[in-house]
Amino acid sequence: MTAIMEAPPAEEKAPRRVALRPGAWIVWGSVVFFLLILLGVVGAVVVNSFGRKWFGGWLPKGWTTHWYGATWKEFDLSGVLTVTLEVALAVVVVSVLVGVPAAYALARRNFPGKRVLMVAFLLPILIPPITYGVPLATVLYKFHLAGRLSGVILANLVPAVPFVILVMTPFIEQIDPKIEAAARMCGARTRVIFTRILGPLLIPGMLAAAILVLVRTVGMFELTFLTAGADSQTLVVALYYSVSAAGIRAQQETDAMAVIYTLSMLVLLVAALRFVNPTQLVTQIKERD
Amino acid sequence: MAAAPAVARPRISLRHRLAERGVDRTLLLLLPAVVFVVALFIYPFVYGLQLSFQPQAGSDAANKYGTGPFADYRLFFSDPYLRNTIWTTLKIGLPAALFNVLASVPIAYRMRGRFRGKRAVTTILVVPITLGTVLTAEGLLAFMGPTGWLNRILLDLGIVDHPVRLTHNYWGVVFSLVITGFPFAFLLTLSYLTGIDPTLERAAATLGAGWWQRFRHITLPLLAPGLAITFCLSFVLAFSVFPSAIMVGEPARQTRVISIAAFHAAFEQYDYSMASAIAMIMGAVELIVIGLVLGWRARLYKGATGGKG
Amino acid sequence: MSRSSTKISELRLDKVCREFGGVRALDGLDLTISGGEFVALLGPSGCGKSTALNCLAGLLPLTGGTITLDDRRIDGLQPEQRGFGMVFQNYALFPHMSVRSNIGFGLRMAKVPKADARRRVDEAIRLVQLEEHTDKFPGQLSGGQQQRVAIARAIVLEPPLVLMDEPLSNLDAKLRLEMRTEIKRIHQTLGLTTIYVTHDQEEALSLADRLVLLRQGRVQQIGSPEEVYTEPANRFVAGFMGYRNELGLPVSQVNEKTVVLDGLGGGLTGVRRDDLGARAVAAIRPEDFTVGDGPNATEVTVEVVEYQGREQAIQARTDDGVDLHLRADARLAPGDRVTVSVPPERVLVFAAESPAAPEEVA
Repeated sequence: MTAIMEAPPAEEKAPRRVALRPGAWIVWGSVVFFLLILLGVVGAVVVNSFGRKWFGGWLPKGWTTHWYGATWKEFDLSGVLTVTLEVALAVVVVSVLVGVPAAYALARRNFPGKRVLMVAFLLPILIPPITYGVPLATVLYKFHLAGRLSGVILANLVPAVPFVILVMTPFIEQIDPKIEAAARMCGARTRVIFTRILGPLLIPGMLAAAILVLVRTVGMFELTFLTAGADSQTLVVALYYSVSAAGIRAQQETDAMAVIYTLSMLVLLVAALRFVNPTQLVTQIKERD
Repeated sequence: MAAAPAVARPRISLRHRLAERGVDRTLLLLLPAVVFVVALFIYPFVYGLQLSFQPQAGSDAANKYGTGPFADYRLFFSDPYLRNTIWTTLKIGLPAALFNVLASVPIAYRMRGRFRGKRAVTTILVVPITLGTVLTAEGLLAFMGPTGWLNRILLDLGIVDHPVRLTHNYWGVVFSLVITGFPFAFLLTLSYLTGIDPTLERAAATLGAGWWQRFRHITLPLLAPGLAITFCLSFVLAFSVFPSAIMVGEPARQTRVISIAAFHAAFEQYDYSMASAIAMIMGAVELIVIGLVLGWRARLYKGATGGKG
Repeated sequence: MSRSSTKISELRLDKVCREFGGVRALDGLDLTISGGEFVALLGPSGCGKSTALNCLAGLLPLTGGTITLDDRRIDGLQPEQRGFGMVFQNYALFPHMSVRSNIGFGLRMAKVPKADARRRVDEAIRLVQLEEHTDKFPGQLSGGQQQRVAIARAIVLEPPLVLMDEPLSNLDAKLRLEMRTEIKRIHQTLGLTTIYVTHDQEEALSLADRLVLLRQGRVQQIGSPEEVYTEPANRFVAGFMGYRNELGLPVSQVNEKTVVLDGLGGGLTGVRRDDLGARAVAAIRPEDFTVGDGPNATEVTVEVVEYQGREQAIQARTDDGVDLHLRADARLAPGDRVTVSVPPERVLVFAAESPAAPEEVA
């Protein structure tokens, strides 16, 4: 039931589009307004990163790609990108390996204490990262893990594992347990059920979970920020430092890095949307249609 | 193997009794995740909690209130500079979350059906979520800054005489929370709305209900529990505002939120017990707000909404 | 790994029990099935019939009792070790496998040589008439076709026992009749011992050699379709087998075999099935009533008429205010006064305290 369908039915002459109600205009207007602001926010960064100088005026005076080379060198972006990739991939692999079996058990069994366990798995997602990030960083420093790659990976796993569980549990629930029973009736042992039956059926869900964790890990600022050392920064943290170091470096260098960050996020996003619905990026609720 | 019977009986029945309650070998699959949550979430949390009751010698709290277990908390609540971070955070987080949820309802309501370009719109809305707060803040500085495009448009249109100050203050942070938070709230609301069976509204229409009555008496009551969840999650996002409060806010005064205080204590003063205390207070305040909302939600109808969601 | 040989001579269930949190879903089921038999477990939902099937399959462990297959105890075995075939209510096909791989899965698990497996899968596909669809996936098939795949998958190994869990309940009425015939034909062709769970008495009567009626986990009657249909052991079975009229009436005269009840005109004579107290329940099928004078005649007023093709289903009320369900060839209309009668041997009289059938009997 779109705006068009709610138009008063067939006042023959009037073209249907014109019959949009004022309410619809307001709604669509505010959506367009929001998108324009969004465009402005992203556009301003992109334009600035290519600008030679930009003081006042609608556009910079002259264009250049100089800042990209500069920022690449000065912030050692190849190193930062490598770290980002290493952290993200490690988090994805570990969280899927740990989360999927747990999700299976939660989807298939009702046992005493299940609710408590579910709450324990939910909390890392419900509580803001800063709240548990500070004590977590303290503990990681105590065990000399923080400031290193392993510490960053461990910290990022805290919301990632519950997230995989949250995505996978409903996915596994919608796989009929009778299918497993049917396989057993055909003589399949537990190992075969996991490799031949469940494995192939779970792959779409695991891909979705993995790509969502990837996007979230690359974008996760707080936890990485709290646990990263000089040589274990991810891109988003490097970006933050370059912003707070403004004044020392040219603003355009920061913006160039921001564009690199944006681009890498967009690549991930496009990849993600091949496997999942946009709604799933924010929630485990699956929109089936 | 068929000759196991008589002896095996009691053992089988114990296993059966456990299995009946859902306890069997499958639960071993939970083990890695449980170990993980305990080691990396619960243990640090408990560690932080007990650390918050052990003020660090030589810290402000210890100097002022001694090394009793509550010194850090006493300092926090007696020092207005610290105490006020709670109100500052709530003053930013609550309106931003509320706005995001309330604005998303009419828009999601309008877009709940299928139409061409729906996926495109939702995809564009996902962009700010994936961009994250750091990039949004950076963009806001450029776009809404005194010489940014927005002020330029306002000046050229003659709406204002002087550039409006929209960054490095309260509003900059609120804007950044709306830009990242609204799409989040919208997509959640949309998915809750599509879970409500559209024939319910049609049924109401055949009974003579106008669009407002349909929304008010059918859709809204079914949507309300979902909205409560949406508000909670939006509030969590807004409450933990950190990078944008520093970058587009005024981190020393107007937008000194509680997470800045926690960070400041931990990584600039190296007072981990104070930082833990602030983190605990932060968590407590947040859980109180969420608890209130969920308490209200518990009184709502939460059964099936007839839809496919 | 001990897959049993195909033909069995006897499957014996001895006091099989299954509890769920203290509730006995299955309470001492004793049943002996001989090779090649088709047995239907029949009862309303929650009677324990599916529990019994799952216990046989090994999907649910027993709480008590034993299951022996040709003198070999099997109740401790895992389902994959029992080597039974099973057809599930919602088919439970592997959605990521083609029809051919679905059917061949069991052969692959049993490590049957490729060529042999291929031949047997082809055979099974021909038997269920799916030759056109061998490379399709379950999602591309209609409900009936999916059901055929499920059946083929269960029988391709020619298992010692085929278990069917309400296999037709998800199909529409026309397809259900068609598949019923199909199942019967396959059973006649292969002669596989089959246990079939259903809540539909018509399905059970038409398919099975023997019926087991269950209520609250207990056996009510075991017998051939004809025995169960014409001589229900108690009021519950009668109600379930279509004795729709249950008239609670005072007893006026008890003889050795027959009994006379007060009511329905000049008194209702019927066959005594229980020891009777002061009141009893007479169970009569709608189709046993005839319109016109005869034994046990009474005058009724027609209230509701349902057209059903060759005949009409009538709800009528006696002058004493008792509602009767009957069938009539004659065209009747609401308000008509007619005389109906029923032969005494078609009136079964049970004790009033005998357990009743559930409300919604098909």
